[in-house]
Amino acid sequence: MTTKRRPHILVTGAAGALAQQVINQLRDTCDLVAVDFREQVYLGDDIPSYCIDFNKRVFEDLFRRYQFDGVIHLGRILSSQLTRMRRYNANVLGTQKLLDLSQKYGIRRIIVLSTYHVYGAVAYNPALIDESAPLKSAGLSADLVDSVELENLANIYLWRYPELNITILRPCNIVGPGVRNSMSSLLGSERAPVLAGFSPMMQFIHIDDMADAIVLAWQKPVKGVFNVAPQDWVAYQQALKLCGCQRIPLPSIPPIIPKAISKVLNLHSFPPFLLSFFKYPVVIDGRAFAREFDFTPKRPLKEIFRYYQNNKKPV
Amino acid sequence: MGLASFLKSRLVPAELEAQVDRIRKPIGSLGYDPWGYNNDAIKYGLSVTRQVYERYFRVQADGVDNVPAEGPVLIIANHSGQLPLDGLLVGYALASRQEKPRIPRAMIERFFPTVPWLGNLLNEMGAVLGDPVNCAKMLENDEAVIVFPEGVRGSGKLYRDRYQLKRFGNGFMHLAMKYNATIVPVGVVGCEETIPAIANIKPLANALGVPYVPVALPFIFPAKVHLNFGPPMHFDNTEIPEDIVSERVEAVKAEISRLIDKGLSERKRLF
Repeated sequence: MTTKRRPHILVTGAAGALAQQVINQLRDTCDLVAVDFREQVYLGDDIPSYCIDFNKRVFEDLFRRYQFDGVIHLGRILSSQLTRMRRYNANVLGTQKLLDLSQKYGIRRIIVLSTYHVYGAVAYNPALIDESAPLKSAGLSADLVDSVELENLANIYLWRYPELNITILRPCNIVGPGVRNSMSSLLGSERAPVLAGFSPMMQFIHIDDMADAIVLAWQKPVKGVFNVAPQDWVAYQQALKLCGCQRIPLPSIPPIIPKAISKVLNLHSFPPFLLSFFKYPVVIDGRAFAREFDFTPKRPLKEIFRYYQNNKKPV
Repeated sequence: MGLASFLKSRLVPAELEAQVDRIRKPIGSLGYDPWGYNNDAIKYGLSVTRQVYERYFRVQADGVDNVPAEGPVLIIANHSGQLPLDGLLVGYALASRQEKPRIPRAMIERFFPTVPWLGNLLNEMGAVLGDPVNCAKMLENDEAVIVFPEGVRGSGKLYRDRYQLKRFGNGFMHLAMKYNATIVPVGVVGCEETIPAIANIKPLANALGVPYVPVALPFIFPAKVHLNFGPPMHFDNTEIPEDIVSERVEAVKAEISRLIDKGLSERKRLF
């Protein structure tokens, strides 16, 4: 009697908290291989873990050795990390390499993690932006070009190679224990900057819910682009208040002033090119994903904020 | 008792709070909706508006029960008076009605979200950036939406052009047809006299990036305001050419014109 082969999955961005959550959820049913460009992480004896740059030739050896069925690409370098050039190399060229190899080695399912930042924050954004809305952020900041380019690439491969079954997920702010993005550090800090007179609506998704969403997407090979966000909203300054953060208002007009302050003080979690996200709302509509994948977030905003209130100095 | 709850107990009458709580809005767990409406902020907003509505402008609203108690509604009115006071008063008239009140949403000018504090404040009170996508999504949510199809053409007009309706855009009719929304026409009389403007400094408006800069006294006159809500109008969603849509828009415009004339004839004096 032959036993059914467990799916082999390559998970990128393994050093991140989200990838580790996804790995924990899938390790019982799938054979996983973890890679990260930043560091090699130990994920247990059953999961091989590598520190590899996708642009290096040895990356292909993983595909030869493990015969992957699917790729979960969570290894996007955040816009607040590294330099613009290194981000472009890793996010755009690295992803292209990953997609090329996936096509060459007959991968049947790819999930790409994108971000809601691709929509861009402008004063004229309607609320509940759906997936067909234009991606304005490339025209607003050169620092977000790599995020949009990554999506464009994934979209081209989605249509050119339908057999890859690519699903692109555009989540709202992912927050919660272990998350190291700029929003999480703001909510977790004692004091956080705000733009005086602006408190845009925001959406937050708990890291455990996001991991659930990725696992659901893995289990149902429906290709396409989907926003991922709970049906709940809160103003930025109110969110800080609920996290027990003291708000430090920065002068907001003309826009050059907060940009200069952010640059001079080198505010990592409040960088100049993300300032418009603290000024204008980018509220996305996550209902298509919820419907298609039967997804219901389980952790309410109050629980998320309580965590940050009780853990002012996250590890 | 914290400062917030103390202020609330002083500023927000209990019956008004109960009235707002009675209106079931599709809001999230923290009292916000996707456009920034806030269930607590609206209570302060309505308390202040009540004084403005009842004492300052002494509004007389007729036919407010013409607005259906539920389902998507477009409240279409004439726009006037430099500031969007007409939207505020129409909104309060509906929120304060005894039978099945609703908190309508007003579509506001595109430059408001760029103004610190004011943009957020308007959003918390239920006002929304005047974008067709916003309007469509709100009608899907069964909201009542206040639309001024004249836009800045109406609000920025000079005193000598008072009560002359400017061109109506067709956008609201397309949305009403697509989302099967009831149209309730409203004739607003009195707001034209609140900030009478004699000229518009266009170069300064362009330099500041605002729709208009009126030459007017820096004072809002306490003109008595009459709001006349007309009978609901329904339009089917058949495929029709644009000139027939324009005819339907003209029908709504004519009804608003009739309601304005009614208000003007009812008005005994300006103040």
